[in-house]
Amino acid sequence: MHSFGYRLNGLLTFAVTILALMCVIASLSDNLNIPSPSAEIQIMNINWFQKQPKGSDEVSLRMNISADLQSLFTWNTKQVFIFVAAEYETRKNSLNQVSLWDAIIPAKERAKFWIRSSNKYRFVDHGKNLRGKEFNLTLHWHVMPKTGKMFADKIVMSGYSLPEEYI
Amino acid sequence: MDWQGQKLAEQIMQVMLLVFAVVSFGAGYVLGSFQMMMLVYAGGVTLTALITIPNWPFFNRHPLKWLDPSEAEKHPKPQVAVSSKKKSSKK
Repeated sequence: MHSFGYRLNGLLTFAVTILALMCVIASLSDNLNIPSPSAEIQIMNINWFQKQPKGSDEVSLRMNISADLQSLFTWNTKQVFIFVAAEYETRKNSLNQVSLWDAIIPAKERAKFWIRSSNKYRFVDHGKNLRGKEFNLTLHWHVMPKTGKMFADKIVMSGYSLPEEYI
Repeated sequence: MDWQGQKLAEQIMQVMLLVFAVVSFGAGYVLGSFQMMMLVYAGGVTLTALITIPNWPFFNRHPLKWLDPSEAEKHPKPQVAVSSKKKSSKK
């Protein structure tokens, strides 16, 4: 440690190493948070329900999504990514998942909300299986941290169904 | 800096950085602000750098005692050997 440069290098290296350790501990502290989110989705209206020219079913619906996701945020949260997916079963596939809508919540204050929107992404089937189909709507979230591990979970809401005939 | 000073500088540096790490993490966690932690830590690193890196006088309290010039003359450095041809001519 006998010159300016040696001392500067030693200090910076030690400082950055300790910073890395602080980030690890900050990420571990996220496990102390026990979230209690709630959500509800209503289907307000089926806009249309048709067979595409190529032969697959497609439906457009309008949803009212309300949720309280404030308990997901910690001091180490950068943003929360949420999306709504429709899940249903067909003869060919035991599970089909179609993403209908997503959003990014940048801060805790915006995490308690309701929004009325038609589906952002097309709800198309592989085939013509949607008539009279019962499906679940799941709200998934990914809690993206400032440093460390990302947590993901979901709420499953069941009991939705599509009309028997094309509209 | 003398040897004692270097040791002191290194010790001060390590202790101060660790203390600031703990303090900044605590402040950030309690206030719920990641940015606060980074700001306090950055301030701490700068303060530590200002104290331990420059050659302050208090790092030079045990200066090394170099040999006096008069003492050095009594013990001259050994002469570098001249080439062999020149030596044979002296004989």
